[in-house]
Amino acid sequence: MAGKKEEANIKAYSQNFTTMTPGPFAKKMRTCVIFQIIRFIIINLKMLVVVSKSH
Amino acid sequence: MARLVVLGGGVSGHTAATFAAKWLGSAHEVVVVTPNAKWNWIPSNIWVGVGQMSKEEVTFDLAPVYAKAGITYKQAKALSLNPEGNATSNKPFVTVEFTAAGKEGTTENIEYDYIINATGPKLNFGATPGLGEGSNLGEHTVSVCTADHAVHASHELEKCIQKMKKGERQKFLIGTGHGMCTCQGAAFEYIFNIEHELNRAGVRDMADIKWISNESFLGDFGVGGLHMKTMGYAVSSKIFAESLFTERGVDWIIGAHVNKVESGKAHYELLDGTMGEEEFNFSMLIPPFAGVGLKAFDKAGEDITATVFAPNGFMKVDANYAAGAYENWKASDWPKTYQNPTYSNMFACGIAFAPPHPISKPMSSPNGTPINPTPPRTGMPSGIIGKAVAHSICDRILKGENAPLHEASMANMGAACVASAGKGLFNGTAAAMTIYPVVPDFEKYPGTGRDTDYTFGEIGLAGHWIKHILHHLFIWKAKLKAGWTLIPE
Repeated sequence: MAGKKEEANIKAYSQNFTTMTPGPFAKKMRTCVIFQIIRFIIINLKMLVVVSKSH
Repeated sequence: MARLVVLGGGVSGHTAATFAAKWLGSAHEVVVVTPNAKWNWIPSNIWVGVGQMSKEEVTFDLAPVYAKAGITYKQAKALSLNPEGNATSNKPFVTVEFTAAGKEGTTENIEYDYIINATGPKLNFGATPGLGEGSNLGEHTVSVCTADHAVHASHELEKCIQKMKKGERQKFLIGTGHGMCTCQGAAFEYIFNIEHELNRAGVRDMADIKWISNESFLGDFGVGGLHMKTMGYAVSSKIFAESLFTERGVDWIIGAHVNKVESGKAHYELLDGTMGEEEFNFSMLIPPFAGVGLKAFDKAGEDITATVFAPNGFMKVDANYAAGAYENWKASDWPKTYQNPTYSNMFACGIAFAPPHPISKPMSSPNGTPINPTPPRTGMPSGIIGKAVAHSICDRILKGENAPLHEASMANMGAACVASAGKGLFNGTAAAMTIYPVVPDFEKYPGTGRDTDYTFGEIGLAGHWIKHILHHLFIWKAKLKAGWTLIPE
């Protein structure tokens, strides 16, 4: 099978045909510990801003 | 000495009671009436439901915590309110029925100066034939609404996994069990945690997993969806949700009102009026919520329930209940102080307050069946509202009856939300999101209704770490351990 396995769940003209799907790099970065430590800090800072605006 | 009675010990009621006890000190009394002996961090029930946490990890005994806080704790459920007192006394009171072992069924009238209704919802399983009876879960599906339900769900899931290991294909159906449900987020978390666990067990290829919900589009979540700023675009949550469902091989049915559940089969009606049925081996369908059925009586004993409560059983507060059609809705319809319009010493917070209308656009099938999410009032907004209401009451007790009330409108408040998509220290993921404001304000933010500088979301391991840390942080806070007041709601 020559296709990319990340795209294998898409079925032509089904309900999921028009959405986006992540490639291997995007999926790898989701669990890349170093990258996620950076994201952890950034997400926490963003959440703190929203929390501070809400109290 | 004034007495504040708090009905309910969930996120909102517990927050209100503990802050009120701290601010009022021993000069005044705070009473909590809740039928439960244990506090439950409900967001982690998802992990109990897939066997990744125990019931003990998501619950703790309330009695020692309230003893430490100087709160009078009554393990009982509220039955009725007499906000004008009765024929023999002008003092308002609430009638409660004890649920604690040894005192079951005995009743007591508790007088109050101020009362907070934070009872949370009745889990209305009985609204869908076959889903359950009254507030009791039926035999055909499972639930993660309570810790005990989640333990049961975990056992049923394990049975399915064992069957798949023996080569028996299994169908999973997860979502909402009625056209007027809220809490799509919990079902969203559960379906992806199941998918994650099936992968972990090596049986994912033996499972067909399907989502069914009353949302008109995936990613509505009861808040009309949200737009998140990504790569320079404001992208709809529909795109993100459909992407995740596609990536994880999960099919979906949306705009569905589940109208009947049988053993291994759910019947539903869609927004276009067509009927369908879906077979399953394992199903978790969230029930609709209703008020807990509190009654209210005036001084003469006349029933004034319709004055105090909305038809769905939730308490009326300072909301605009006459907004009418969707086109007329405004952010200002949403309550700010949560004070009952008839009785100024009564407040409601969390799920117990009656919202003015849904957040998602109301829809119905050609048959007239309403199919749309009802508005969520859980999590962070629930805690913030509980704290604001406690602050208002404490000010009125300590500074006088004319002290200004504190405001916490969901139309002027954001929320941080972390939706687990699988548990694991290094392979777990969760969608970390913020939304500002919770109720869209299309006058202030034309187009999306929200400030996209403060509305974002992404999925990854960092989100899982945050959800796990929040689990410990909020249980620490609820147990009133050192520094608990520093942890925001």
